[in-house]
Amino acid sequence: MSETRTIAITVNGTRREETVPVRLTLADFLRHQLGLTGTHLGCEHGVCGACTILFDGHSTRSCLMLAVQADGHDIMTVEGIAPDGKTLHPLQEAFRDNHGLQCGFCTPGILTTLIELLRDNPDPTEEDIRIGISGNLCRCTGYHNIVLAALDAAKRLRQAPDTDPTTPSRNGRG
Amino acid sequence: MKPPPFSYHDPRTTADVVGLLTSLDNVKLLAGGQSLMPMLNMRYVLPDHVIDLNRVDGLSYIREQNGALEIGAMTRQRDIEFSDLVRQRCPLMHGAIVQVGHRQTRNRGTLGGSLCHLDPAAELVSVAAALNAKVSVTGKSGSRNIDFSDFPVAYMTPALELDELLTGVTFPCWPAGHGHAFVEFSRRHGDFAIVAAAALIAEDKAGKVTRASLTLGGLGPAPIRASDVERALIGETIEEKRLRDICEPLGKLDAVDDIHAPASYRQHLATVLARRALLKAHQRITTRTAS
Repeated sequence: MSETRTIAITVNGTRREETVPVRLTLADFLRHQLGLTGTHLGCEHGVCGACTILFDGHSTRSCLMLAVQADGHDIMTVEGIAPDGKTLHPLQEAFRDNHGLQCGFCTPGILTTLIELLRDNPDPTEEDIRIGISGNLCRCTGYHNIVLAALDAAKRLRQAPDTDPTTPSRNGRG
Repeated sequence: MKPPPFSYHDPRTTADVVGLLTSLDNVKLLAGGQSLMPMLNMRYVLPDHVIDLNRVDGLSYIREQNGALEIGAMTRQRDIEFSDLVRQRCPLMHGAIVQVGHRQTRNRGTLGGSLCHLDPAAELVSVAAALNAKVSVTGKSGSRNIDFSDFPVAYMTPALELDELLTGVTFPCWPAGHGHAFVEFSRRHGDFAIVAAAALIAEDKAGKVTRASLTLGGLGPAPIRASDVERALIGETIEEKRLRDICEPLGKLDAVDDIHAPASYRQHLATVLARRALLKAHQRITTRTAS
């Protein structure tokens, strides 16, 4: 059987201790061991962006990390964006109102990517958004409404500060 | 589970890494994981041991020393992208790094990982060739420096012994106000380039080229310096028609034929991208020095 390790991590604000096989990817750990199936797996080799999560506040492909590497770190998945079970985050509202979802498969990765993008650049141009989500593939190919939703979200977030769901970054640029 | 079974090690010091490399067989070093993890997920590599470098102290830094930038092997591409020092002292690297993958991969990917993976079309590999970088490696018999021109020994194979790891890279800076450009052609934003061109130019007060560096990535097993073109540019005044003539011989360089593009297309790209890069570098020159 595979070698295992016990790790301590914070996921969506909750601290957890888990024992994981060392070869388990962070994406599979989130989905299978924690049941957080909002993180989607498309390609599993870092191309599609569906599995993007926030690792210490930075957008990261969870299929390209091992769960053991998250020991001592802070993770936010798409489930952690909404402030509570009843209220949507302004970014999610903007996606709903602008029909930014089609089949919804790529949406979790796009939302987590945009949380970082809009935090670092609160007033992005359309080009900034298009470059920012260029690492997220939408197989419905409906980028138009995704971009509209992102621009609308930027406007809403500028009017509603203090809605950043990420914890401050621990290393590097926050 | 996608990756094959392996033993996982996460040492804290470079000495511990060397110790593990010396005592273990069939090892892979895990840096940012943006290339190794896909290879593990697809089982292209089957290591018995994975040594994770992410918890090793002292391998992440960007500093200026003796007119050169020194960057640690585990420095994230993100940190290079947002470094004011890099932007000021080594603008070519800044221009190149924003073309490396996507924000999500730059957040994790490292300088050392990219150079050791040594994809022939990787932007940072071409930057290292363009700037005559020196790589510092450490192994059981101590540390040594390798000129980047000697670093690629074969396709995706760096000149590292089995007990060695790359610890840092020194990039000599060009004088303030020089011209620089990193131009690439890829089918999708964020992809590896089919061909990439990195150009650096310095000119005198009369606008004549005093120094030139031109690197082409993606043609063969490693980026190449177009030294004939570099020599031909000295004393020239940069102008598009003249550049066309000077760059034309690049269309005869050896190039690979593969699923992405035939050799002839790569050769055509080499001439076009070299011309564009040199022209853009020339236009960016802000200081013309006395000759």
